[in-house]
Amino acid sequence: MTVPALKAIRPGLFTTVQDLGRFGFQELGVPVAGMLDPLALRLANALVGNPPGMAGVEIAYLGPSLRVEADSVRIAAAGPLAMTLERPGEREGEGRQPLLPWRSHSLRRGDTLHLNSVSGAAVAVLAVAGGFALPAFLGSLSTYTRAGLGPLGGQPLREGTALPLAAPAAPTTADVELPEEPDYGSGPVRVVLGPQDDRFMEEAVRLFLTSSYTLGKQSDRMGLRLEGPALTHRAGADIPSDGLVTGSIQVPGNGLPILLLNDHQTIGGYAKIATVISADLPRVGRLRAGDRLSFAAVTVEEAEAIRRRQESHLAALVRGIRAVRPPGGVDLDALYACNLVSGVVDIVNGNGDILSLLGEDP
Amino acid sequence: MAAVRFTSSGDTAFNVEFGETIDRATNARVMDLHARLTRARADGAAPGLVETVPTFRSLMVVYDPVATTRRELEALVGSVIDASGTAGATGALWHLPVCYDTDLAPDLAELAAARGLTPEQAAAVHASGEYFVYMLGFMPGFAYMGGLDAALEQPRRAEPRVKVPAGSVAVAGRLTTVYPWESPGGWHLIGGCPVPLFDAARDRPVLLAAGDRVRFTTIDRARYETLRADAAAGRFDPETLRAKE
Repeated sequence: MTVPALKAIRPGLFTTVQDLGRFGFQELGVPVAGMLDPLALRLANALVGNPPGMAGVEIAYLGPSLRVEADSVRIAAAGPLAMTLERPGEREGEGRQPLLPWRSHSLRRGDTLHLNSVSGAAVAVLAVAGGFALPAFLGSLSTYTRAGLGPLGGQPLREGTALPLAAPAAPTTADVELPEEPDYGSGPVRVVLGPQDDRFMEEAVRLFLTSSYTLGKQSDRMGLRLEGPALTHRAGADIPSDGLVTGSIQVPGNGLPILLLNDHQTIGGYAKIATVISADLPRVGRLRAGDRLSFAAVTVEEAEAIRRRQESHLAALVRGIRAVRPPGGVDLDALYACNLVSGVVDIVNGNGDILSLLGEDP
Repeated sequence: MAAVRFTSSGDTAFNVEFGETIDRATNARVMDLHARLTRARADGAAPGLVETVPTFRSLMVVYDPVATTRRELEALVGSVIDASGTAGATGALWHLPVCYDTDLAPDLAELAAARGLTPEQAAAVHASGEYFVYMLGFMPGFAYMGGLDAALEQPRRAEPRVKVPAGSVAVAGRLTTVYPWESPGGWHLIGGCPVPLFDAARDRPVLLAAGDRVRFTTIDRARYETLRADAAAGRFDPETLRAKE
């Protein structure tokens, strides 16, 4: 018997397994990595009944097509992701059924989940109930591709990659949905000045907080290059190298800021003018090349309070998760879930006539 | 006791700065606080403390702002910090093999010439030192080792290499290192170390730790190739490089 898995028949642009990061080993120079949008991972996990930090799949710009090689599996996507379901035996001409993010779906053997384009954000997240049966490296399933660390050889999905599933089948409970999409915030990205804002001319700090920057094309999981006014150092960009965090905004000699993301090195030798607050990291992690952003300064205490409010917002969303209520009409997923549970009625592979079941109690 | 400075890295970390210079006395205070906070965390006395990252002259304290606050952790730092800064654990001493053959050391001749030495003399100076691991970073397992003789001091290459082979022994300024990975790099390559400093399959994937000391042992090409083959085949235990205390 084969291991239950999701098999990538198309890998997507840059699809990686990530959790909330590999903390605890930065003193060895091991980067944290992890989901660019941790909020999405936590919500996707909540939708499939997982602990918040369980590893999921990060989808950048264009997602993979995954074939279900398990009796069944429950999935949920978080983020502005277009998805379709291809189910063998579907009637000719019916095409692929669109699936919505921010809710769970129960899929069955032979289904192919097409994760298409992410629109309006750089990344989206896919979680599966029970998570993946992959070995952790240094306590984490985050993938750091630069050094090939983490699951799947520390590499993005390739054509044919199998993501082994820890659960042999989907939960038998009804599919659920989020009451509303999370609030990622708007307006200027909030930062705490420092740790080396004193290495910049006063005018540079003012310029940084009042200008608009555009995300450069040379941006990736390591960092976002910001195009806009150059920031002048008082006496050069170099400092004795010190620690970096996700959200650190370092400014090399050319004066153009680089906003460091999850794959950042653990230490760096350029002066850092400011740090994005943790509550705004999910929003920043979703930015795409060409997006514009500006910054506003808050204190550490304010940043901590904003983060606590975000946690309350998140907790309220999770508490509000409810069984999927179809907007009138037939809830095909509920029907399929029922079918999976009972194993008696095979809607599609029987006579292939879904409509004949309407109004009947399966 | 010199003043300690706290600087902010957002709401998930702050830095305890002990100075602006790269020297052993300053770094000893960093490692001392690192050891004390690591112990506090292990004892469950530091809820919300995620990890601490030692660097040349400062310690980065990483925390979970949902579980604690900057204020609480600054108070914890204040209560454990030690004026003398000598309680940090003594690191291990490692003897790392190096072959200084020309093809493994593309910058040795130029560096030596710039400092009025023959390549052999430059290699001998490098191999005679004892080095101190200030910190790791840049890449997993990349050790910034201080203590390079001033006779070999040279700023980084003006044009960094796009690809430095894994195992390259290199110097820049008053520092030396061994590249654990193939990567871009601007340091001067003066030798090759045949044993991997990072191996994901090991329980301790990274061989060196901040606070460790390193001595280099000159080996000939035959020994280099043997060790390299042994390491590649998993027949070499890098723990054998640790000096018996």
